Amino acid sequence: MQITSHTFKANTVKALADVDLQRALGNVERGFIGKRQKAVDALPEFDALRDKAVEIKNHTLKHLDLYIEAYVAKVEASGGKVHFAEDADHARRIFLDIAKRRKAKTVTKGKTMISEEIGLNAFLEENGITPVETDLGEYIIQLRGEHPSHIIAPAVHINRDQVEADFRKFHVDLDPERDLTEPVTLLSEARQILRKKYGEADIGVTGANFLIAETGTSVIVTNEGNGDLTQLLGKCHVVLASLEKIVPTLEDTAQILRVLARSATGQDMSVYTTLSTGPKRAEDPDGPEEYHVILLDNGRSNMLGTEFEEMLRCIRCGACMNHCPVYHAVGGHSYGWVYPGPMGAVLTPSLIGVDKAGHLPNASTFCGRCESVCPMRIPLPKMMRHWREKEFESHLQPQSQRAGLDVWAFFARRPKLYRAAVSFGMPMLKLLAGPKRRFRKLPLAGGWTKWRDLPAPEGRTFMQAYAQSGHAASADATGGER
Amino acid sequence: MSGSTRDAVLNRIRRANGARPGDPERAKVVAERLGTAPRGIVPKRGQLPQEERVRLFLDMAEKANATVARVADYAELPEAVATFLREKNLPAELKLGADPRFADLDFSQTALSVTHGASDGDDLAALSHAMGGIAETGTLMLTSGPDNPTSLNFLPEYHVVAVAAEDVAGDMETLLAKLRETFGKGGMPRSVNFVTGPSRSADIEQTLLLGAHGPRSLHIVVVG
Repeated sequence: MQITSHTFKANTVKALADVDLQRALGNVERGFIGKRQKAVDALPEFDALRDKAVEIKNHTLKHLDLYIEAYVAKVEASGGKVHFAEDADHARRIFLDIAKRRKAKTVTKGKTMISEEIGLNAFLEENGITPVETDLGEYIIQLRGEHPSHIIAPAVHINRDQVEADFRKFHVDLDPERDLTEPVTLLSEARQILRKKYGEADIGVTGANFLIAETGTSVIVTNEGNGDLTQLLGKCHVVLASLEKIVPTLEDTAQILRVLARSATGQDMSVYTTLSTGPKRAEDPDGPEEYHVILLDNGRSNMLGTEFEEMLRCIRCGACMNHCPVYHAVGGHSYGWVYPGPMGAVLTPSLIGVDKAGHLPNASTFCGRCESVCPMRIPLPKMMRHWREKEFESHLQPQSQRAGLDVWAFFARRPKLYRAAVSFGMPMLKLLAGPKRRFRKLPLAGGWTKWRDLPAPEGRTFMQAYAQSGHAASADATGGER
Repeated sequence: MSGSTRDAVLNRIRRANGARPGDPERAKVVAERLGTAPRGIVPKRGQLPQEERVRLFLDMAEKANATVARVADYAELPEAVATFLREKNLPAELKLGADPRFADLDFSQTALSVTHGASDGDDLAALSHAMGGIAETGTLMLTSGPDNPTSLNFLPEYHVVAVAAEDVAGDMETLLAKLRETFGKGGMPRSVNFVTGPSRSADIEQTLLLGAHGPRSLHIVVVG
């Protein structure tokens, strides 16, 4: 897909003015936050399970090479095959090899973010293979020629009436007079159309929430059952997964499952948690003839041992974006690539480069809600700060911003001079503002005053006010002022 | 191609972790964890005596929008299934697998016409037998194979699942141990399905709708 992370600011301006999008985004707060809290409150062990989940992932990452080797051996023992893919292009070529050998014409797909990461759909179409998304949300956005705006609710940016309009436009074989006002009628229509597709598919593609080293098993967690039908009825099952999905054992999977669904949708368990191990067995009446796993690196092994390693604990629950005020305001597409919200702000620069995605770690109020709800306790704000530092070190910000920071740093390193300057500046600004006590325009503050007035300082600095209130001694101890 | 990529990826990981190839200490740690599969934290919620455990299982399943029933023994199962289909105004037709626990069921007392095998997508209702239930979350565990074809879990619109009361465990870990016992350490059936309620989607305006691609209705019958 076309990366637009570098035009993040322009994307957000467009998003804020998009009436349909703003209407739809209201559902994020309504649909996720309360449900998660209720599920968390009902499980006294939730925080202890988070700690355990962190411990499991940290242990796995420290021994990832060995667990991958163990996993591959078990997959092969069960008759499946694991293909290592260095990057997106490599993963696509591996997929095409399998598809060509199977003479594949149609590929059904369960929800997979790795497919988005490697741009699989567009690539398949270029090669004359038809991809069919079967997750309801993914199906809707495929019809619209869009990409997911959320990692677990791909069509969260779309309203019911828009879906109705799309279904009328694309499902031309159906009665144009049919009643589609109830959401359930839309669901039934998609169900009916996709039903026929599963069995016709030459390949069924799914992602994986976990890859279990102990047994060589891939795990998908879904509510609709589409991923299950995709992997069950396609003649060949291809799993797209990235390296960090590996967990050691079944028991470890059970631990992380307990925090996954609660953090994502506020369910104790998602409806379907399905463990797949290899292709159809001799005695099996159903199942795929072939089972492949494309194991994607795409920059992840380079995150190990760096300040971004902890990001590899992410289990893609979406809690961080569900609780993010920036995501609530601008939606997922503004982030300009596959992964939106706080997790995207950290992961995207790692995968496509901070030169292209430097705006994303800046798109944060640092309110810290993302970290507080992250089931894997990933320090997202801290990592966004790391990216900001890297962005500065690589001289990627505009000259004006760097010059401003230099000026500020000059004063900040000289507290006496700083105090003298603000002691002079504050009364001056008060004077300049006049009786209205606010600025409608101010040089160097155009970004603010374009949208709203800037309140004028009241004349005293914080330090002066603080000293006068009788806290002089402790004020000195704080060392500086802002 | 893939072989050399595999080495390159594994070498990068090893380097990042500051590990030497073939380090016996690291190998030991990993072999031990894979060998012993230690249990983590098991929530208290499901840790109850048998009868209360079954009650919690039924409660949690209903919370997940399943419907539930309980019969004293397998002889009563055909009637329980027939009642469910009748109440739903469904045709008296049922697909099921070769599970030995169903072998002696007498459906002749009911109006049900029964066929066997995997589903081709045209079956409206199916009966499966679960390997166990999880009280903590109201979850069923089903395993693939001729006894209970996986397609029966997903294709029919109405799915009836029998589970023996004694197989209702407090937690997932107990059932994982049972899997190991049945299929051998590290062995697995092709598919293990943990099912919690009927299929659903909230993809349109985050409004929950039942009956997405899987069954619209899940009916659990506890036997015993």
